[in-house]
Amino acid sequence: MITLLTENTMLAALLALVGLGTLFGGLLGYAAERFKVGSDPIVQQLDELLPQTQCGQCGFPGCRPYAQSIADGDAINKCPPGGQSTINAIANLLDISAPSLDEEHGEEEIRTIAYIREDECIGCTKCIQACPVDAILGAAKLMHTVITEECTGCDLCVEPCPVDCIDMLPVVKNINQWQWSAPANHADLIATTASGIHEDAA
Amino acid sequence: MRRIWNAPGGIHPPDNKAQSLISGIGHLPLPEKLILPLTQHVGTAAKTCVLVGEKVLKGQKLASANASISAPIHAPSSGWVTAIEERPVAHPSGMSAPCIEITCDGEDRWIERVSYPDYQQASALQLRNLIANAGVTGLGGAGFPSAIKLDGAAKKHIDTLIINATECEPYITADDILIRERADQIIQGIDIISHLLGRPKTILIGVENNKPEAIAALNLYCHGTNIEVVTFPTKYPSGGEKQLIYILTGKELPSGQLPADIGIVCLNSGTAFAIKRAVIDGEPLISRITTLTGEACGINRNYEVLIGTPVSHLLRQNDFDQDLCSRLIMGGPMMGMSLASSEVPLIKTSTCILAPSHTEIPDDDPAQACIRCGLCSEVCPASLLPQQLYWYSRAKDHERLQSHNLFDCIECGACSYVCPSNIPLVQYYRSSKGDISNSLADKATAAVARERFEFRQVRLEKADNAREYKREARRLSTEQAKLASPSAVQSTGSSAADIIKAAQLRGITKQASPEQQRAKLERTLLAAQMRLDEAEQRLLQVTNKGSADQQTQQLASVEAAKRKVEQTTQRLTEVSH
Amino acid sequence: MAFKQVSSPHGHARQKTSEIMQLVVLATVPGMLVLTYQFGWGLLINLVIATLSAIFAETLILKLRNRPIKFYLRDYSAVVTAVLLALALPPLAPWWLVVVATVFSIVIAKQLYGGLGSNPFNPAMVGYVVALISFPIEMTTWITPISLLAADVSHPALLESLSIVFAGNSPVDGVTGATPLDLFKHNDGLLVDQIYQNNTLFSRASFAGVGWEWANVAFLIGGLALLKARIFTWHGPIAMLGTLALMSMLFWDGGSSNSPGSPIMHLFSGASMLGAFFIVTDPVSSAVSNRGRLIYGALIGLLVYVIRAWGSYPDAVAFAVLLGNFAAPFIDNYTVPRTYGHDQSRSATAKEKSE
Repeated sequence: MITLLTENTMLAALLALVGLGTLFGGLLGYAAERFKVGSDPIVQQLDELLPQTQCGQCGFPGCRPYAQSIADGDAINKCPPGGQSTINAIANLLDISAPSLDEEHGEEEIRTIAYIREDECIGCTKCIQACPVDAILGAAKLMHTVITEECTGCDLCVEPCPVDCIDMLPVVKNINQWQWSAPANHADLIATTASGIHEDAA
Repeated sequence: MRRIWNAPGGIHPPDNKAQSLISGIGHLPLPEKLILPLTQHVGTAAKTCVLVGEKVLKGQKLASANASISAPIHAPSSGWVTAIEERPVAHPSGMSAPCIEITCDGEDRWIERVSYPDYQQASALQLRNLIANAGVTGLGGAGFPSAIKLDGAAKKHIDTLIINATECEPYITADDILIRERADQIIQGIDIISHLLGRPKTILIGVENNKPEAIAALNLYCHGTNIEVVTFPTKYPSGGEKQLIYILTGKELPSGQLPADIGIVCLNSGTAFAIKRAVIDGEPLISRITTLTGEACGINRNYEVLIGTPVSHLLRQNDFDQDLCSRLIMGGPMMGMSLASSEVPLIKTSTCILAPSHTEIPDDDPAQACIRCGLCSEVCPASLLPQQLYWYSRAKDHERLQSHNLFDCIECGACSYVCPSNIPLVQYYRSSKGDISNSLADKATAAVARERFEFRQVRLEKADNAREYKREARRLSTEQAKLASPSAVQSTGSSAADIIKAAQLRGITKQASPEQQRAKLERTLLAAQMRLDEAEQRLLQVTNKGSADQQTQQLASVEAAKRKVEQTTQRLTEVSH
Repeated sequence: MAFKQVSSPHGHARQKTSEIMQLVVLATVPGMLVLTYQFGWGLLINLVIATLSAIFAETLILKLRNRPIKFYLRDYSAVVTAVLLALALPPLAPWWLVVVATVFSIVIAKQLYGGLGSNPFNPAMVGYVVALISFPIEMTTWITPISLLAADVSHPALLESLSIVFAGNSPVDGVTGATPLDLFKHNDGLLVDQIYQNNTLFSRASFAGVGWEWANVAFLIGGLALLKARIFTWHGPIAMLGTLALMSMLFWDGGSSNSPGSPIMHLFSGASMLGAFFIVTDPVSSAVSNRGRLIYGALIGLLVYVIRAWGSYPDAVAFAVLLGNFAAPFIDNYTVPRTYGHDQSRSATAKEKSE
């Protein structure tokens, strides 16, 4: 056997490679099974990343159906409330490149909250039926009002209102919500003035 | 000699303390107005309990504690309330916050004070309530309501009480001068706290060795008590709570826990003094020692200032020269905040007002590239890798920031101080911390929204099912009725047609009077016309700058609105005839 | 006064990046003086050519990148790269070699990656390796030290050196010679003692190799001065030298024909000291934490010995450093120091436990 191998170098090389390949392939296969990490189903993970405004701007009736569609291969850049940061997070999860937001589905705007002008409200409950998170309090012929803590700013309530008394107001930050912004990195500014940097230090 | 441990990292900036220690504690003339922000502490803003125009006495409660972590605010002098509105406050954003403004009447009349000189007879709960009502918060700079800290400690077994007299930041000498002049009262305060905590076994006062007079004063009054004065080498930031605990006890405070969880309570020496004032003299927290220093001021001195004194008042009394000053800082040079205006008031946590000249603290040079020299990690007291935190902060890589323990950063500024490339490291960390907190908050709200959405789906399903069920039940019952008396049905003719006719009859009799009907239709017509106008306006906008899809959509809406108007008009004419 | 909104801290320690760079250049001066004395004008000419081409290359790239030129040139980093490269390249190397190596290191190894602070590899070493692989003959032509020159031979004078460098004239016979490491690499069959006796390079040396030993000592002195000035910490250099010494001790079998040299020989020849104190300590391309730097330095020391002993190049510092640079991010992942208040250090890629 040994002489056969030493005399037929090609055979020896072939056997060696096949043998090593089988050995390592077997080891890897075993390791893949034995040390498998159980993970969440991908739809659940995708749903966790979406902003849950349930606004429908992506074309799906809610965030979960869109998550399902992404898992089935749909484009990941259809969610305006999520914005670019959500697209990046989804791209990171799925290990694909992150495209920019698809303008057809809307633009990323600042966060807004619905506000019902109570003087004009006629108590028709159409907005209550439209709100995907039940953030509007009220009943037929009784005053309707938006529970601001629960409103996601999806603006699905604006259309159905027959007297058009719902405004989408931007969320104003007060002193408690203020945070430091990252420093402007002068070293990275592409177009700097000739004298450079000293005007506006740090 | 008690054993001390050496905290890692740290820097040795020049002390700059001698200039403000030449004179003792000074007093300022009463300012014209005092401005009290409702938030001078960690936690929720206090709730106002006075009205504009009300006369108040010195020490009277102006705002009470609100919610679980809060502290009350008291009038620092007598006068009347002239405004309760947003005013500029000392905050890095430069924004305003709700404040109570008091115009002083010059009489400085005290409210009736209730003191408890016999505090050893009082229960711990009573004392804590006293301290809470006096509005005592941490005077070292953090401003945590002291009563709540002591409340939390009461539930645990405390074996070490640490009094923080370190004052490690350059320029600030408020604690130093307070100890030199009033060490006896501080020791009394410590005794009150000790009694309140059930007499912990070990009581330590930590002082840096650059305060020999203060150490002597403390030693004098601690003689005969079980309070130990422990001195250690000067290094910034030894006065941070975590660092001080390590230096004095060798124990590390586990991340995310409070000192009470490991049997330690740490309070500033100024807070101990305020507690003595609250309990033994019955005086709420209405003044504090603030250091006024910096070359832009002719006089450098410590003052016992009334809370709410505008910074401009303090500066004016001390020969402040605006042209000499490079920036105005409330606090020390390492952790203080720059002020956007000198009209902001001094608050309970204002340890110092620093007005440096251009040579003392020049304008920042622009930041250069990070050369990864690692000087920052050598000085970090929390043994972090500030360099990596910087790179990950620029990349907005939240995962890596958290795996490098960004939230263990105490923002002491040592890393920024030594960075040879002048990179504003602490600002990067602050903004990243804000980003991460915001994204966590967003996730939490999203989770709630998801729950509500899912609940709504369930609710609608249930409603649908209930309707279906009722419909089935009705259908079954009518069928049964049919089967039960077939003759009866036939006598009344075709059951379906009859039922319909009966319903119609009911509808007609129930109909409103023509006037009511017309009024209703007129209202509907008005609303429909308004909607048509809106839709047409939007169509105009969309035609100019919208996409083709949007235009078709809007056209459809306009059509629908037009139809509705026509319908309503038709019905109105029908009813009118 | 400006009422401004700036984040704390207010005020800075004195030391600036440009000062650090200047100190590094200053610390190479003792070594430079020794090398100039031992090997002639070649080194200084190299220095001038390298510095000028580095500054020129950096200016050009900054212009292309639309950055303020003076601001970036002021940090002296290009000068440091040029100096290190000039020390590494053979004296009397052709001018175009120096220019190619310098331009490559500045443009490709530094600016293309994003400029100072963003390069994963040491630019000087990249330039050196590119030159070595592209122009092996010119890169392996070294000069005989002054004390070993024959009586009638002397190092070329300044004008003659310039003509060698710029006009391509060959130096007089007897001026070029092998280096100590060359001798070890190419004399496999001889015992160490025989090598020592046969070659004046060793027989007239004090402890390692004529000329090179004192150059290394001079670099050691410069490096220790930088250490004292706290420009860098001891972890990287000591780990590298220690591992190098350890490896050479392990494989020193008394001087048989198999052994690649004594520890003293290794520590004081070639670019060992220059590498330890000026290349390994380059902060941009090394590991970040102190523990990481220990491992990084040790890895480089190990690789230096391995390549010198069993590889095909006589000196290995450049290759070893580049391999170390490859490994640095990985080393960083596993050497995050333990933060105050945590039980253990975590790996850099640890994920937060979800609620």
